[in-house]
Amino acid sequence: MSDNLYAQLISLTAGTLLLTAALIVWRRSLRASVRLLAIQGIALAGLVAVLGWHERTIELVLVSLLVLGLKAVLLPLVLSRNVLNHDDDREVPRLNPTASLIFAALLTMLAYIVCRPWMGDTDDPTSRAVPIGIALVLIGFLLLITRRRAASQLIGFLVLDNGIATVAFLTATGVPLIVELGASLDVLLVVLILQVLTGRMQVKFGGTDLDDLTELKD
Amino acid sequence: MAAFLFVPLVAALVGAAISSFNQPAAFRRFTGIGTSIAILVSGIALSAVALASHVESSVTGLLRADALSSYMLCVIGAVALTATWGGIRGSGTADGGRVYNALICAFLGAMSLAVLADNLGIMWVAIELTTIATAFLVGHARTGRALEAAWKYVILGSVGVAIAFLGIVLLYAATRESGSPTLSWLELDQGHLALNPALVKAAAALAVLGFATKAGLAPMHSWLPDAHSQAPAPVSGLMSGVLLAVAFYAVLRIQSIADAVLGPDLMRGMLAVGGLLSLAVAAALLVGQRDYKRMLAYSSVEHMGLMALGAAAGGVLGLTAVLLHILGHGLTKSSLFVVSGRIQGAEGTTTISNVRGLLARRPGLGVPFLIAMVALLGLPPFSLFFSEVGILIAAWTRGMGWVTAIALVLLLVVFAALARLTARLAFGAPEESESVDSPVDRSSHGPRTPLIIALSVTAVIAFVAVPLGSLLLSAVAVLSGGS
Repeated sequence: MSDNLYAQLISLTAGTLLLTAALIVWRRSLRASVRLLAIQGIALAGLVAVLGWHERTIELVLVSLLVLGLKAVLLPLVLSRNVLNHDDDREVPRLNPTASLIFAALLTMLAYIVCRPWMGDTDDPTSRAVPIGIALVLIGFLLLITRRRAASQLIGFLVLDNGIATVAFLTATGVPLIVELGASLDVLLVVLILQVLTGRMQVKFGGTDLDDLTELKD
Repeated sequence: MAAFLFVPLVAALVGAAISSFNQPAAFRRFTGIGTSIAILVSGIALSAVALASHVESSVTGLLRADALSSYMLCVIGAVALTATWGGIRGSGTADGGRVYNALICAFLGAMSLAVLADNLGIMWVAIELTTIATAFLVGHARTGRALEAAWKYVILGSVGVAIAFLGIVLLYAATRESGSPTLSWLELDQGHLALNPALVKAAAALAVLGFATKAGLAPMHSWLPDAHSQAPAPVSGLMSGVLLAVAFYAVLRIQSIADAVLGPDLMRGMLAVGGLLSLAVAAALLVGQRDYKRMLAYSSVEHMGLMALGAAAGGVLGLTAVLLHILGHGLTKSSLFVVSGRIQGAEGTTTISNVRGLLARRPGLGVPFLIAMVALLGLPPFSLFFSEVGILIAAWTRGMGWVTAIALVLLLVVFAALARLTARLAFGAPEESESVDSPVDRSSHGPRTPLIIALSVTAVIAFVAVPLGSLLLSAVAVLSGGS
């Protein structure tokens, strides 16, 4: 692969990651957010595949298949099963879409500022894309803080997790395989547990609005 | 002896399997105790190895038990034995305790893996597994409140630990830059890798922030009182007594790596701020506390704050005191949660003002509660007294005078608040209506032996120089980059 093509593919996949994150911030429909999350998973798997192709390591190509299966297929499937169970898939965030998007833009700028001292002034396409991973982490936080519905918080958590995976692949071409496997299993289990808890919430409170959770305080 | 590295993990798996099977229902109640004993025995065996040869037993490069890991394994085993044995009656629930006991075993196995892993990444996976194993234990009561506690716990716990993973990833990137990619403690701790300081700084800060969330340090503590007050009592005892300590163990390991590359200032600043904030939060919320399980939970925030101060101070005295504090706090707090569960079972409430006069009405519960509270308050001869004094002296002599002064004031407030609440619970005049010829309840509502053993150990442990003292010193040497 020529260096030019490699740089373009890295930019393309990293750009898709950031774009889907911004769209998730913008959209209020949970179904649309889950679809965007699936696209984000595909972009992440694509990023890993490009890295694997460039480094000529079979291990990374296998990891990209793992990422594709988990983040683009399995997790969105688990999420959408829950979302489709309810007629009401509207999220009423604490911030209106305009304000959320402005915040997302500010967080992305912050990510670029924060990454400067680590990355220096390299021309390496992977190093230049690292801030996008950090931006994804910050946008995940934004979603966790500003969303009210249980499913949206789950989506926020997964965006955050995608951000961390992006940083891992761009800075170190991923963690060792055994850790990658363990971490993937952990994320899957956490999502399943939160799904079960969401189901219990639906039964107990008749809805999944987290503002209902206010019984415990001092 | 290397086989003992696998004993805790295998025991946990076998225990979980036996719990899940339908057939031997009689065994099910004892799987937690069996796993705890296996962990304790392997901890002692591995400690003996670490003391005898000063060479870490290492197998396949993934598991390793130096003095620190062996000591932590002993703490997990001892505290787990107290909590599971003391709480054995509490497990008779609707499904016959299948899920409950299986999850307890998985939880114990995950904690053992966390302290035995030589690889940062595997330790991270194990710590995340503890969140997964305990999620349904926290929500076990199936009430709205338990559900709320479980949701907050899983979200905050996993997000916090995810941040720690970001830190570990950056550390891995730093080692990759230096030419030998590794996540092994052994290699990171030697300090001979030329790591990029800017990257290590960000990595260590993120990792400590993440693990501190799991360790219940303020300002990321908000899940802790909810989870600890809603979980079944033995689970609260385990979470408060050892889970916090296991997360703190991760903080200590990260600190030793960061200190080797950056010098002590960054970690000292972060831990001192977290420690003081935790003490302040505990003091503020204990003063007006009305619920005795939440009281115990905030006391855990206080003790984690103290440990953070001790780690910030560092040095042989500071770190030895922190490690001793982990054991003393674990045994005392798990006993207290076990007793509090029995009080809740007997009285049907966790509100302090509804209990009152426990010593007169139910001496079988009041006496152990009072003794354990005396230990928790840090009065001699209990070991918490000596470790607290050690931590404060270490902080004072190592140039943290102001921090020590503020901590002392906050500790006094916490002491006064806890003493007042304890006095109300144990001695307070019973309400008029109840005091009329209700017979004195002398039953202890569960096995007495584990509480007696745990509290006696706490009372004498500070005087045992050999082998505990030498084990603590070699564990501190591990953290200081020696051996």
